[in-house]
Amino acid sequence: MTLIQRMQNSRNALGFMFMLPAALLLLVFLTYPLGLGTYLGFTDAKVGRPGQWIGLENYEYLWGDAVTRLALFNTLFYTFVASVFKFLLGLWLAILLNKNIRFKTFFRAVILLPYIVPTALSAIAFWWIYDSQFSIISWALVKMGLIDTYIDFLGSEWNARIAVIIANVWRGVPFVAITLLAGLQTISPSYYEASAIDGATPWQQFRHVTMPLLTPIIAVVMTFSVLFTFTDFQLIYVITRGGPLNATHLMATLSFQRAISGGALGEGAAIAIAMVPFLLACVMFSFFGLQRRAWQQGGTDK
Amino acid sequence: MSSNTAQSDTVGMSFLDSTRRKAVLVYLPLFAFLVVLLFPFYWMAITSVKPDAELLSREGNPFWVIQPTLSHFYKLLFETSYPQWLWNTVLVSVVSTFVSLAVSVFAAYAIERLRFKGSKQVGLSIFLAYMVPPSILFIPLANVVFNLGLFDSRWALILTYPTFLIPFCTWLLMGYFRSIPAELEECALIDGANRWQILVKIVLPLAVPGLISAGIFAFTLSWNEFIYALTFISSSEMKTLPVGVVTELVQGDVYQWGPLMAGALLGSLPVAFIYSFFVEYYVSGMTGSVKE
Repeated sequence: MTLIQRMQNSRNALGFMFMLPAALLLLVFLTYPLGLGTYLGFTDAKVGRPGQWIGLENYEYLWGDAVTRLALFNTLFYTFVASVFKFLLGLWLAILLNKNIRFKTFFRAVILLPYIVPTALSAIAFWWIYDSQFSIISWALVKMGLIDTYIDFLGSEWNARIAVIIANVWRGVPFVAITLLAGLQTISPSYYEASAIDGATPWQQFRHVTMPLLTPIIAVVMTFSVLFTFTDFQLIYVITRGGPLNATHLMATLSFQRAISGGALGEGAAIAIAMVPFLLACVMFSFFGLQRRAWQQGGTDK
Repeated sequence: MSSNTAQSDTVGMSFLDSTRRKAVLVYLPLFAFLVVLLFPFYWMAITSVKPDAELLSREGNPFWVIQPTLSHFYKLLFETSYPQWLWNTVLVSVVSTFVSLAVSVFAAYAIERLRFKGSKQVGLSIFLAYMVPPSILFIPLANVVFNLGLFDSRWALILTYPTFLIPFCTWLLMGYFRSIPAELEECALIDGANRWQILVKIVLPLAVPGLISAGIFAFTLSWNEFIYALTFISSSEMKTLPVGVVTELVQGDVYQWGPLMAGALLGSLPVAFIYSFFVEYYVSGMTGSVKE
């Protein structure tokens, strides 16, 4: 037996060979940068200068920095509000699409469009929709007689926060709706028939049939949604660049501003790494809190 | 898949819904969703053909265009580097998608079917890698790219996009390979086929839908990528389309809304076009990616 023939029969050798290209790419461009990022967070590295180990100094500075605190608040607010709306609207849309309707395939295909086109480009459209002088929303509201002056969507702090959240919800609803629709389609109609015979109202059917059976997929979908909302960058960068007065800066945009525009690599890396505990907490919550409820397997909740 | 059997049965009790009730409770909200979700695209399209005079006047109806013009498209295609950005995006997306797909096929097959020592742990770490967002990686990755001498080249993107494409494709393909009966492979092994022949002649032909799903999804992901392209590329002729439109067409205080919207529309059309042919594959890729 030659060496090659022996390798073909060994699961471990062959497995190693098959894994090698993927492992190499991921180790060099994912694992190593992750470690390097953690290390950079403990240094005062600048662009073009390696930097010295300064321990927790970056984190101490950032903890006292008003802009960073504001960015943390913005990120939590943005993530929470956008995720709640994405979930509610997405679930509603999924339930509508799960009804016996005409042109279902067409609806489903068209609804995903906001999710598949480049976010940076649709963000430009939102930027134009939110323009202070030529906003189409303001125009329509003025014509309807609801407001007198044009709304400055991106000029004041809370307007801007709400405006970017709406853009984010617009982009995220299709993803939530289509994945939840896939979950809804796995629920057998016989459950609804049985509960209807027992006299359940539509609300009771939703509460006691749909929701329990949908919870596992909701947990996964919302984990992904929260994860990507929390680390969002494109929408903010294109629509507001963090303004006005840092009111819409998220952790990701602030870390880009400090590290790439400002050159403070160490500080930027520290902001980016500071997101990790929140992401882990979110994954853990979904994994242990929602995913494996005993009653879904027929047992009782502890 | 179980969803298909449920779908054919989904008529269920819907015959009880009256037509008028259904119109108000189903079609009306659905129509409202459709209008809101599609309005930005309509607005993009109508703005891109509006002459500047109409664009900047408050008279008339802004929802319509009286004298459509292609001057914004002309300006975009002949007076900016737009065609170059488009070419860069196509090149980077296609190459990184194919590289990731090829690499992922081997990885997924090894994890799912070869069951080498530690394959379970490797599978789990692939899933964890899938959850690492680009916005916590781009700073150290910029460092790596710079040290490898790839800064401001297409290679920087071709080599870094697989960091989010490989975990995704591998995870999706693992699911597809799992659905192929192991007996087929055992038969082939008994008939004297080696692992390479099994992969090429049995597993891959059966996994074609999975390959298309992963490929389409990976292509749109790399077409839409923004933060890496923004960070690793500095010269105008190397930029990708989303970054080029955002950074080069926005100049000074007077925004060129016409060319901007034309650029956004032209940049969205290719993905929308490809997507329209592969909707089912795309949806199955998306729903497959969140399944465990």
